[in-house]
Amino acid sequence: MDFLQPASWQEALELRAARPDAVPLAGGTDVMVELNFDRRRPGALLDLGRVPELRTWRTEDGCVRLGAGVPYARVIDELGKQLPGLAMAARTVGSPQIRIRGTVGGNLGSSSPAGDAHPPLLAAGAVVQAASAARGIREIPVAEFFTGVKRNALAPDELIGAVRVPVATGPQQFSKIGTRNAMVIAVSAFACALHPDRRAVGTGIGSVAPTPRRAADAEAFLAGELESAGLWESRGELPETLARAFAVRVAAAASPIDDVRGTAAYRLHSLSVMARRAVTWAWNDLREAA
Amino acid sequence: MSTDAGTRSTTTTPGRVGYGRVGDSARRPDGTLKVTGEFAYASDLWHDEMVWGVTLRSPHPHARIRRIDITEALTVPGVTAVLTADDVPGDNAFGLEHADQPVLASEFVRYEGEPVALVAADHPETARRAAKRVRVDYEVLPAVTDARRAMDPGAPAVHRPGNLVRHLRLRRGGEAPTAPVVVSLDFEVGMQDQAFLGPESGLAVPAEDGGIDLYVATQWLHVDQRQICLALGMPPEKVRLTLAGVGGAFGGREDLSVHVHACLLALRTGKPVKMSYGREESFFGHVHRHPATMTYEFGAQRDGSLLYAKARLLFDGGAYASSTAAVVGNGGTLGLGPYRIPSVAVDAYGVFTNNPPCGAMRGFGCVQAAFAHEALMDELADAVGVDRVAIRQLNGMREGDLNITGQVIDSAAPVGELLQIVSELPLPPERGAHPDLRSLPGAVNNTTHGEGVVRGIGYAVTYKNVGFSEGFDDYSTARVRLEMTGGEAVATVHTAGAEVGQGLITVEQQICRTELGVERVVVHPKDTTVGSAGSTSASRQTYVTGGAVKAACEAVRAAVLDRAAGVLRRSAAELRLDGEKIAGPSGELLAGLADVLGDDAVEETVEWRHRPTHAIDPETGQGEAHVQFAFSAHRAVVDVDVELGLVKVVALDTAQDVGTAINPDAVVGQIHGGSAQGMGLALMEEIIVTDGHVRNPSFTDYLIPTILDMPPMQVTVVEYADPHAPYGVRGVGEPPTISSGPAVAAAVRAAVGKPLRRVPIRPEHITGT
Repeated sequence: MDFLQPASWQEALELRAARPDAVPLAGGTDVMVELNFDRRRPGALLDLGRVPELRTWRTEDGCVRLGAGVPYARVIDELGKQLPGLAMAARTVGSPQIRIRGTVGGNLGSSSPAGDAHPPLLAAGAVVQAASAARGIREIPVAEFFTGVKRNALAPDELIGAVRVPVATGPQQFSKIGTRNAMVIAVSAFACALHPDRRAVGTGIGSVAPTPRRAADAEAFLAGELESAGLWESRGELPETLARAFAVRVAAAASPIDDVRGTAAYRLHSLSVMARRAVTWAWNDLREAA
Repeated sequence: MSTDAGTRSTTTTPGRVGYGRVGDSARRPDGTLKVTGEFAYASDLWHDEMVWGVTLRSPHPHARIRRIDITEALTVPGVTAVLTADDVPGDNAFGLEHADQPVLASEFVRYEGEPVALVAADHPETARRAAKRVRVDYEVLPAVTDARRAMDPGAPAVHRPGNLVRHLRLRRGGEAPTAPVVVSLDFEVGMQDQAFLGPESGLAVPAEDGGIDLYVATQWLHVDQRQICLALGMPPEKVRLTLAGVGGAFGGREDLSVHVHACLLALRTGKPVKMSYGREESFFGHVHRHPATMTYEFGAQRDGSLLYAKARLLFDGGAYASSTAAVVGNGGTLGLGPYRIPSVAVDAYGVFTNNPPCGAMRGFGCVQAAFAHEALMDELADAVGVDRVAIRQLNGMREGDLNITGQVIDSAAPVGELLQIVSELPLPPERGAHPDLRSLPGAVNNTTHGEGVVRGIGYAVTYKNVGFSEGFDDYSTARVRLEMTGGEAVATVHTAGAEVGQGLITVEQQICRTELGVERVVVHPKDTTVGSAGSTSASRQTYVTGGAVKAACEAVRAAVLDRAAGVLRRSAAELRLDGEKIAGPSGELLAGLADVLGDDAVEETVEWRHRPTHAIDPETGQGEAHVQFAFSAHRAVVDVDVELGLVKVVALDTAQDVGTAINPDAVVGQIHGGSAQGMGLALMEEIIVTDGHVRNPSFTDYLIPTILDMPPMQVTVVEYADPHAPYGVRGVGEPPTISSGPAVAAAVRAAVGKPLRRVPIRPEHITGT
């Protein structure tokens, strides 16, 4: 197995194109586990840890352009205001050591249905910036990025350069179920974002379907109900019946399975409880901000 | 009564290091190395010329091996040996109690993960790849994977003649009387893993005399040696073991793992062979705690006084006997808890299945039973309208009582007092209006800000035998030497007692300092050049090896004083050894130790036994089966998000009688760790086995408590010295693991209001989804 260590983004893209058998390595918190368990023996590892461009973020056009190599620890420390949902999710990843190594770009690359970063990226309407030496940058809405269990829309010669995440214009929440209180892979996860500027609601659900996905019907339903009740303007209390109806629709978007971490029935149940609670917290945050 | 002489301390601050004698919190000699990451564990073993050994394991829970073809594996460059059952020179069988487990499977495999072939190569990766090229032709056989079906007629036989390992029948007090109040329940306990952090590892080095030197992480060097000798067909003097750095054990290293395999490969290749399991293989490479299904019934007076108890316990032993019979012995003789019960009928069974072999784990048969008897005690309390602490105090054992095997409890049995202590410890504050997420169920996973959270409190109490029981010749050997080195008195203590992290080497040093008055005590490496110390298990080493070291020190002291008596022309009886001085009856200095010893060393080796125990009557289960009992009680306070089924243990407080705390800090450390392990079983730790296949052999999915799951503890250490034990010690390591889990389960039940008759309690059990 070759170990490729490009020192620049351009070099990384060229190596990626030249070595379709290479597996990109970011923080290694997924890849190294697979290698250790001998579930994977790629021809090469493409270590992106020495590509400085990947480890930066900046704000542009109302979005945070988050380099694929920015670790969770920095998302927590530096982006809590701009990307609160992602920061909350980052806080639930692994242990402190894992959060220092693991990156949002790596999480996207693995495309696990349980990836913690995915639900808040979906809720925020993020866009993945894929890049190749041959064709340059291609933008993929995150909702179209996940194509199956641990599969994504990247072409064989592409790498994830960054993810563009709209800066929050309203409250965001992230909740995740695990059977212990830290260092746990999600049994189910839910993220929501309120976009009062455009009177919209964003959602993302994790570990309850073959891919992370939005609960689009629930989003449209809640935004519409808030609209027709005049709540976007009045910022009145969110009726519990509405929160429950929203939660039912969120659960309807899921298609979970039974596995060693939990039952399908519990996944649906917990997802709906999280959706009801989290949207209520978000709405209350919005009211308090008013 | 000895209970009047006890002392009590609630420990919140580190103990006094003092002079490192008995009763001081002496520092561990291995402590700094471990904290700084410099300690050499067995996985760090290295020899410049070594090759690596790996194990090929069965993918099937039950199959006949038709044929094994190693040809292709042998052609892999770098491979130096491929071995199968045909290459085992001695008996192809080992086992702690019955030699029923093949070193390498020959005709049958009986569980998923059973070793079938070995490969040695110059790199572990090469060895693993070559192992995949060993072609094994299996004929898959029907498997018995439900212990409740194992004794059915027509169930596939795991071994001949049948699947029963042991049935312990216990009857006392005649036929059960009718009782005005009867409560009963069924309870089920899942398969817990020891989850030690240092996976199995060893290095076997072939010696010039044709023998072998094995460096290995284990719990009992001599029982390993005996089994290795049989498998290799070699005498003990050719098979020499040295303890390598052990990263936790908890019972999981009582059975052999890499031992014989590494030796076989070393003898075949003529090279040192290292074998080191990864985490996944470790889950297949050691026995686990027996899953159990239990049915219990209590009959009582209307005031809650027990009249009778009936219990049926079924332990799933998995594919090989390991220590199942002894676990059944404990579950049967101790499985009704520390209560006075006039009439008793217990049937405890251990059976073979094609599940992973189960054997020793901290708490050893008492852990499973305690979940059942403590849940039922709560039922009884509720049925008669008595407080849950009071019902236990009402029925709790006292010194002088007979237990259910008719054995007199002949030292302190402070059941009522321990419960009183935990019930009076300050309760944690109520949740505030804006709690820190980390204090809530789900913690920073942010699943509740207080919604659905209900607090519950639960109590449990236990007693556990210390040392080996039922007539086992349980002894330890200690060699102590005293000499002057560089003008300073130095004691060297040599035992084969395995230090597995619990602190035995510290205890050995403390005893030598106390008995001989020296400051410097060298702990000789643990090996088989001294006699057996018995197993580091059953909470026994401070008692038994501690007793042996004490006795060896006394023998050394007597020998020194004999010499001094000769030099000083006085009677040895009027002399005392006080550090580097020989003193007279009133403490006057008569001679220096250097004057008496000169360049000589005084060395004594003592084999020391505790009071004998006895086999129990096969019909009635009656007899003096155990040497000592250790008692503990826990109170758990939990916050449960009843809508999501998530639990935060808010407080887990305990009181335990430790007899005499040889090292108070180490005692508290044992209590913390044991409590966490018991809590883990109550809430999350389970090896999930489906149709004989382990589904979660990793720390990703076998969850053990983290710092956010384990609350700070209030630990009250009670010291009622046992007059029969050296220094009055009482085993410490296991009781916390037994009473903490049932207390947590009780607290969850109190919060949720559901029976919850299975542990670990999973979120979906609480939510009913």
